[in-house]
Amino acid sequence: MSRYKPPEQSKAGQILDIAVVVVAIFVALWLPLKLGLAGAAKSIDPLDAKTWDALGQNATMASIWEKLGYTPETAHDIIQNRFHYVIDWPTLIIMAAVLIGYFVFLFRASDREYREVINEKFDDK
Amino acid sequence: MTVALDNTTTIHGDRVSLLRVLGPAHVWALGVGIVLVGEFTGWNFAADKGGALAALIVCWLVGLLYTSVAMIDSEVTSTVAAAGGQYAQAKHIVGPLMAFNVALFLVFAYTMLEVSDAILLGDTIVAKAGVEGLTHNSFIAATIVVLAWLNYRGVLMTLNVNFVITAIAYISIVILFFSVSPWTQGAVLKLNELVTPSNALPYGWIGVIAAFQFGIWYYLGIEGTTQAAEEVRSPARSLPYGTMAGMITLLIAAAMTWYVCASMMPWEYLGITYYPLWDAGKLTGSPLLENLLFIATLLAALASANGCINDAARAWFSLGRDRYLPSWFSAVHPRYRTPYRSILFLLPIALAFAFIADLNQAITFSILSGVLQYTFMSINIMMFRKKWPLGSIRRGYTHPFHPLPAIVLFCLCVVTFFAIFLGFGSQLIAMTIFYFLISLWFHFYRYKFVRRGDQFTMPWPKPQGY
Repeated sequence: MSRYKPPEQSKAGQILDIAVVVVAIFVALWLPLKLGLAGAAKSIDPLDAKTWDALGQNATMASIWEKLGYTPETAHDIIQNRFHYVIDWPTLIIMAAVLIGYFVFLFRASDREYREVINEKFDDK
Repeated sequence: MTVALDNTTTIHGDRVSLLRVLGPAHVWALGVGIVLVGEFTGWNFAADKGGALAALIVCWLVGLLYTSVAMIDSEVTSTVAAAGGQYAQAKHIVGPLMAFNVALFLVFAYTMLEVSDAILLGDTIVAKAGVEGLTHNSFIAATIVVLAWLNYRGVLMTLNVNFVITAIAYISIVILFFSVSPWTQGAVLKLNELVTPSNALPYGWIGVIAAFQFGIWYYLGIEGTTQAAEEVRSPARSLPYGTMAGMITLLIAAAMTWYVCASMMPWEYLGITYYPLWDAGKLTGSPLLENLLFIATLLAALASANGCINDAARAWFSLGRDRYLPSWFSAVHPRYRTPYRSILFLLPIALAFAFIADLNQAITFSILSGVLQYTFMSINIMMFRKKWPLGSIRRGYTHPFHPLPAIVLFCLCVVTFFAIFLGFGSQLIAMTIFYFLISLWFHFYRYKFVRRGDQFTMPWPKPQGY
């Protein structure tokens, strides 16, 4: 098998490639932040009676909260801020499909490239 | 190409060389240094997700995940000893496109971890100072720039520093543990009164699964030891020894940290604080312990950011060296023998994200890339054993019970993906789409600049099945 000779890349081409990667990194990481997509569903379940007892804190817990500088009023929003786990099936299915599709593509395309590498490497010998 | 076990490595006929100056202690310092910050912040968000008991359960289960990672990694890396770690593994075992993706996983995971470390350090100083109007920005910038400079100046000095500061941070956890009389309950530690049957698992078992997301933070980055493969004097000895010793160290630290913190703080507070160990130090009432844990938090963040810069730069450097990215990145500093262009290139990216992301989000970015990488590793070891069965090539280390660690790793990765879905599903989809699009770009465009046969650099026989 003849050895593959890659083309020489111009400096402008190299700079363009770096720019593509950097822009892609920023879009992938920054866009979900900007769109507010990151973060779990967490909300405060308010209580009328703001006492340690109503907040489900026993005497030991209450003493530690107080040592940390909290009162039942200031601790209320921390203690009652709860996750509400809901399985959104359409999103879960989309996520699973995207992940599986990505890995399948990755392994299949890699294998095609790998065969070229192995052929060239070992047929040279 | 040859990978010579002397002080230089010749790549594609060019004189590109990193210095072989590191020993097992440096490998330990690199791995534990990156990870130990997870005990000082991050793991405790698992308590927020599922309660204090959930944080303990995931400490064990994620410990199992990382033990599998360390076992698998030790075998493959002690055999494929090249900078880039898992990138070099993927290149030799799966193929170029996978290698390109794995390198990006590494760069993302470590750069975002570095960002998290810098934010933690800045926030900790601001919290300690208690000065109105003081922000963390200058501390974040100084941390990232100074550590990048340290990495620029040489790997030996970088990891010597890491060894010292990691050891101090680790010893502080041990001192705290023995200072609170762990053998007696009721005096300082009050586990029975803080973790009760009614609040141990406030969300039930779905909370335990959700806690996997931040349970990863107990150990995230231990696999970074492999990035030193081309700079250790004896890869076959140093890498397995340093990695496994690091994992044992971390399992002990994680168990001590959970026990002390869960015995001193209500889970609702433990789940939201950025400084669980520092808070534990404060709650002992001892100014000495409080200040020790404050300093240890800073040192752990510094050690982690330092190791992350080291690892991310080597992964990026490897991409340039194989022309997966412009070869400009593959330059080694003529005097300091470091991948200085990669270090400098990643510096502004880390700075930018340190200012636009918060700690929670930066941690999640890092975890996402880490879990994608572990999924690859579970499949990679299967392919490695199939293509080169035991006895066909010389392995520096052979991990036991194959394929059990790979199966365990894969299953735990699936659970972690589900955990991420419960909090950051859209983020996971967005990142996977990014990796998919950048893979298309690589496969159909960028790969044409890559020399085919030159990528396979190990002196191995042809893989079975090819």
